[in-house]
Amino acid sequence: MSKFFAMDGYGVYLWPSFALGIGVIVLNVILALRSLAAAKLEARRRLEMRS
Amino acid sequence: MNWTWFHRLGSPPHVYGFAERWAPWIGGVAALAIVVALYGGLVLAPEDYQQKDAFRMVYVHAPSAWLSLMAYSTMAVAAAVGLIWRMKVAHSAAAACAPIGAWFTVAALGTGMLWGKPMWGTYWVWDPRLTSELLLLFLYIGYMGLRAAIEDPQKADKASAVFAIVGVVNVPIIKFSVNWWNSLHQEATVMRMGKPTMNGDMLWPLLLMFVGFSLYFAAVVLIRLRAELLRRERSASWVREAVA
Amino acid sequence: MKASAVAVARLVVARDLRLAFRKPSQLLQPLLFFMIVATLFPLTLTPELSRLRDAAPGVLWIGALLSSLLALEFLFRDDAQDGTLEQFALSGQSLTWMLFAKTCTHWLLSGLPLALSAPVAALALGVPAEAMGSMVASLALGGFALSLLGAISAGLTLGARRGGVLLSLLTLPLSVPVLVFGADATQRAIAGAAIAPPMYMLGALAVLGVTLAPLAAAAAVRIGLE
Repeated sequence: MSKFFAMDGYGVYLWPSFALGIGVIVLNVILALRSLAAAKLEARRRLEMRS
Repeated sequence: MNWTWFHRLGSPPHVYGFAERWAPWIGGVAALAIVVALYGGLVLAPEDYQQKDAFRMVYVHAPSAWLSLMAYSTMAVAAAVGLIWRMKVAHSAAAACAPIGAWFTVAALGTGMLWGKPMWGTYWVWDPRLTSELLLLFLYIGYMGLRAAIEDPQKADKASAVFAIVGVVNVPIIKFSVNWWNSLHQEATVMRMGKPTMNGDMLWPLLLMFVGFSLYFAAVVLIRLRAELLRRERSASWVREAVA
Repeated sequence: MKASAVAVARLVVARDLRLAFRKPSQLLQPLLFFMIVATLFPLTLTPELSRLRDAAPGVLWIGALLSSLLALEFLFRDDAQDGTLEQFALSGQSLTWMLFAKTCTHWLLSGLPLALSAPVAALALGVPAEAMGSMVASLALGGFALSLLGAISAGLTLGARRGGVLLSLLTLPLSVPVLVFGADATQRAIAGAAIAPPMYMLGALAVLGVTLAPLAAAAAVRIGLE
């Protein structure tokens, strides 16, 4: 198991690298969903103001 | 040839409905593909003769770079469609691509630096591929900055579309820089004429990652696209139903 | 009334030249800026001429780029503000051609003077006299390409808030190839090597700029005027 994490000594580069990739993947999903929620809220407010 | 499908693409409520229905499914398949590919690349694939386990970084670096280029190309095509056919939906799609593409350019540069340090001995070189990828990031930021700086949404759409199209010349430069110039960065092992130069056991997780990342991109663009459509269609009636 | 292209160009160029010489300070500012930038490097880096010579290509070209960004402010701004640009667009003549004429005049007033006065700064940076001719040529050609590229971003940022910063942000990525080849040409000139390869690339970039930039700039200006 520790051999897996060590990755022939390259682990110190490899794992942060994957963390960055996965981090960006997750971050973009979160940001996109937040953007959608904000847009829905804005639209609701606009509709309320009109009626 | 029946062009109804194309005209339907120009209808915001139709596209919104499509995006709402399909994004979760596409995202689900993408997640599955990425997880399986990760297992294949990190656990199953044998280590490389020269780079040992370090080569496994290809499974996050290459798809990120691929996505950074795909996002810009999609953005430029959507921008062109928006300008030529005056489709607001196309402009919205272009806007949706930008932040995703920018982030994955950062990911490509970052993972590349982490791979470069053990392999080349340095985090960075000013060679054509790395430099043009960095320029891609500046182009994304410029695009988003231009959009943010123009008040009128239609002018913002069109101006940023022109900029995106002007900048698309950078994409082939990035892609072919390793062929055109002496570059520290290695040449393409997958996307080239002839067969890929990678071993089968190492290749399938990479290809699956590309598929996963591409589907992921589609799913996230669809989410952002919905947000963009809502923001633009201020008074349309379909919005009422959509946000109820 | 469809005037000939030459007549249109002549009118646009003459007008721009006349207006520019009414405000000579506007012409001198980018030049002075270039000189100051070029002087700052020896002051902050090192007074040793041999080491300055190594940095000279970069210093000269970055100075030229920044100076060009400063000069781009006056390419369209005044005409946009007083409605002339609108008249150009409505005139029925080719806006692309008129903007191309404006850009050429702009280069005559900013890029070319910069290239011609660069030897002064270059001497201070330890550039040998034999390299001056090639350096001026590369700066002139590169400056022309930069003016063309800058016209695109100037057109795009016409209606934008804080347009100046945005203008720089948009122009910089596009101008990197010009910088790379221009600095290479200057580097080779200093080393005494042949400058033909990078000059050809600069020429190619300029040709690309001439064919595509005015089109993009005209599209940008029309968008801004809507």
